[in-house]
Amino acid sequence: MTGFTPAPPAAGCRNAPVLKERGQREVFCGLTGIIWLHRKMQDAFFLVVGSRTCAHLLQSAAGVMIFAEPRFGTAILEEKDLAGLADANAELDREVDRLLARRPDIKQLFLVGSCPSEVIKLDLHRAAERLTERHAPHVRVMNYSGSGIETTFTEGEDACLATMVPTLPKTDERQLLMVGALPDVVEDQALSLLAEMGVAPVRCLPAHRAAEAPGVGANTVVALTQPFLNETAAGLERRGARILPAPFPFGEEGTTAWLWAVAQEFGVSPETFAKVTDAPRARARKAIAAAAETLGGKSIFFFPDSQLEIPLARFLTRECGMTAVEVGAPFINKQIVGPDLDLLAEGPVIAEGQDVDLQLDRCRAARPDLTVCGLGLANPLESEGMTTKWAIELVFTPVHFYEQAGDLAGLFARPLRRRAILAGLEGAA
Amino acid sequence: MKLTVWTYEGPPHVGAMRVATAMKGLHYVLHAPQGDTYADLLFTMIERRNHRPPVSYTTFQARDLGEDTANLFKTSLHDAFDRFKPQAMIVGSSCTAELIQDDPEGMAATMDLGIPVIPLELPSYQRKENFGSDETFYQIVKAIARPIERTAHVSANLIGPVGLGFRHRDDIVEVTALLEEMGISVNVVAPMGAAPADIARMGAAHFNVLMYPEHAETAARWMEKNLGQPFTKTVPIGVGATRDFIAEVAGIAGVQPKADDARLRMPWYSQSVDSTYLTGKRVFLFGDATHVKAMARVARDEMGFEVVGLGCYNREFAREIRKLAKEFGVEALISDDYLEVEKAIEDLAPEMILGTQMERHIGKRLGIPCAVISAPVHVQDFPARYSPQMGWEGANVIFDTLVHPLVMGLEEHLLHMFREDFEFHDDAGASHHGGAAKARTVEAEPEADQEAAAVGAPAEGEIVWLSPAEKELKKIPFFVRGKAKRNTEKFALEKGVHEISVETLYEAKAHYAR
Repeated sequence: MTGFTPAPPAAGCRNAPVLKERGQREVFCGLTGIIWLHRKMQDAFFLVVGSRTCAHLLQSAAGVMIFAEPRFGTAILEEKDLAGLADANAELDREVDRLLARRPDIKQLFLVGSCPSEVIKLDLHRAAERLTERHAPHVRVMNYSGSGIETTFTEGEDACLATMVPTLPKTDERQLLMVGALPDVVEDQALSLLAEMGVAPVRCLPAHRAAEAPGVGANTVVALTQPFLNETAAGLERRGARILPAPFPFGEEGTTAWLWAVAQEFGVSPETFAKVTDAPRARARKAIAAAAETLGGKSIFFFPDSQLEIPLARFLTRECGMTAVEVGAPFINKQIVGPDLDLLAEGPVIAEGQDVDLQLDRCRAARPDLTVCGLGLANPLESEGMTTKWAIELVFTPVHFYEQAGDLAGLFARPLRRRAILAGLEGAA
Repeated sequence: MKLTVWTYEGPPHVGAMRVATAMKGLHYVLHAPQGDTYADLLFTMIERRNHRPPVSYTTFQARDLGEDTANLFKTSLHDAFDRFKPQAMIVGSSCTAELIQDDPEGMAATMDLGIPVIPLELPSYQRKENFGSDETFYQIVKAIARPIERTAHVSANLIGPVGLGFRHRDDIVEVTALLEEMGISVNVVAPMGAAPADIARMGAAHFNVLMYPEHAETAARWMEKNLGQPFTKTVPIGVGATRDFIAEVAGIAGVQPKADDARLRMPWYSQSVDSTYLTGKRVFLFGDATHVKAMARVARDEMGFEVVGLGCYNREFAREIRKLAKEFGVEALISDDYLEVEKAIEDLAPEMILGTQMERHIGKRLGIPCAVISAPVHVQDFPARYSPQMGWEGANVIFDTLVHPLVMGLEEHLLHMFREDFEFHDDAGASHHGGAAKARTVEAEPEADQEAAAVGAPAEGEIVWLSPAEKELKKIPFFVRGKAKRNTEKFALEKGVHEISVETLYEAKAHYAR
């Protein structure tokens, strides 16, 4: 791997002290992942067993409502369901029967637990087993929890994929398993790069359809594409698979390092690697350079949101010339983001968890040039004269691998460029 | 358990947030898990608010459940009090906290903070958002407002406007102007813009203007009884309703019903010949009860539409809406199930829908134009320009709103005349709406055996369109095709005809001519 990017820092952040906070959190719960998962898995339906709040969250988080018959819904618990769990189970069976009768194209059904269903201890695992038996072999029913008392935002996807792991067929085939629900365009690019290097076979989790579900076993090597897949990784290890440690494929450096880890594992020669990656690397660097003109020398502050914060801070500091002030993440698993922490130069506050009022105090005191935060905080901070990048866009936009590296940098540059353009526009917020 | 895809209303604590966020100097401590903070972004994004909603969430997690969630609540309450220094607080539970039964309302009562701490009981598994806003405002008023000396000059409170309301911001300006013309000043507007100290001054007004019964009717009734303030029953949306409102206010306040309607253009716009094509357009109304009620009158009496169906999603007003529907000779649809609403619209095949953002999507799916008249709202319902629904300017705005989605006068005629044109055809939609024009697809002639099948003996009570009649039906422009189909089938049924021919189609047309 030839180096175009700066040498690794003398001291990275792997062993930096972590500020752990516990207070009010301004984050989504894990149910939100359904918004992208239900589009990724084309024969799956996500049935949240929860309250009106859950339904309202999904509707609001979707922002633009997807009225093309969404493959998700909420079974809203009512007073009588709370009175007796036996009845709640009967009600659930009835709703599932009705749903599957109306949607014969559904092959995988996820019963998604919520805060209320967890608190009343509605056993969705048993319900899933019972319903799988009832609807076999046509539909497999699985369950996971997307509840706010257990999961933060992207942990919902992790919980969903983790629950699929034990159901995957066993295989002894030597294979690469690429894990994480990527946008189709990004997944196709990654697959084509790997194919050009001669890495084969490559399978994906999640697959588009139940019938295409990958196998897993002792000869499976796993490349994670998202940093929040902690439980899924643990589950795959229990099935005998091995997780490749690597920085995440954001930016030119991250993508190259990620691909190089795979290349080494599959015995790809440095010449082949260079032949396949040189051109896209150059393109990525060129695209990043355009945005780096805006980003260079600017400071950035991350509120916790998706667990993408550490790899993104690595990208923005090393490839775009930014300085990180604080990098907050809802949860930090050093085994998974360790390689990114190694590359992130010492200096920023690394924070785990959140007490939003205290963090806002720190952010206001630091006055960073750019603040990455959720939509609940973005406009209020903008009205105080701070420039923000709303975080969920990073999860809803194709940002992985070479061809998106420029777009990723652009997402951060745009708010700064916009503020500069509008500098002469006056009026109260 | 009820399977829900989209909801018209959120949970009741979101209603409480709409009150808290509209107010100043009030803080809401909500016992809730992480994730419930999603509701903040409704206000900061949809309404573009430049402040965080004044809500502290206790953010309990699974590991807290066995331990001390109650203590977490107490800490949050203290922290919020210290940090935000509110004049009053409201406290309550979200749906999950309701299940763990920590009784934050009871706990708050035992903590002496030296300010009013108002407990809210909002049953999440029975009630919804509008109940939450109405109940919250009522509890705040009940806790803080007391009888005080009336203002020397006749004055009124404007009650009901909240966060995320449909055009509430601009309605306040319009109603204030209507009152000022009669020499009546506004004492307090609440919840929007009011601090708890303002709530304490509400008793000084001579009467209340109940702008939105959904959010303030219970408070209005309480103030009538305890502060001796009558309240208005007319919601001034539309020309007729605004005139009635002025008369009602004049009666309550004992002043002259003065009105300067120089800015009112709506009646002439509706009378001008350009609007003739609006006559008898079949419309379906759905939304919150207040807006549906007002707009039904506008639709029929001021636009000259035919109301073919109406309904509301808030069950609390079911009786009123049923009464209204009876008056209009249609059946009321009281439902919060959007699939049911879609079905009703599909069956009625109206030429236009006056609805919410949900109906806008239904309209898109069914190819029926839709004007939005009610919450639930979308970022588009908070335009930068002044855009009220109430008063004179409101009437002007409504005229524009109801005309814009339609195919306009001459264009409609041209579509009738040259519907086979390859680019100016049915499926292209209204030409002023943009979007890529679709070229007309030439339909293949039906297969002979299909024709034979259609002619085959129909089952008892079933109606079959013969192929030539079906083809003729397709020549009718899309915006009246639904009505033609429906009328013809109804006509056929009445006449005991099972097969619809071209002749049946035109006989029905003559029968229903108007």
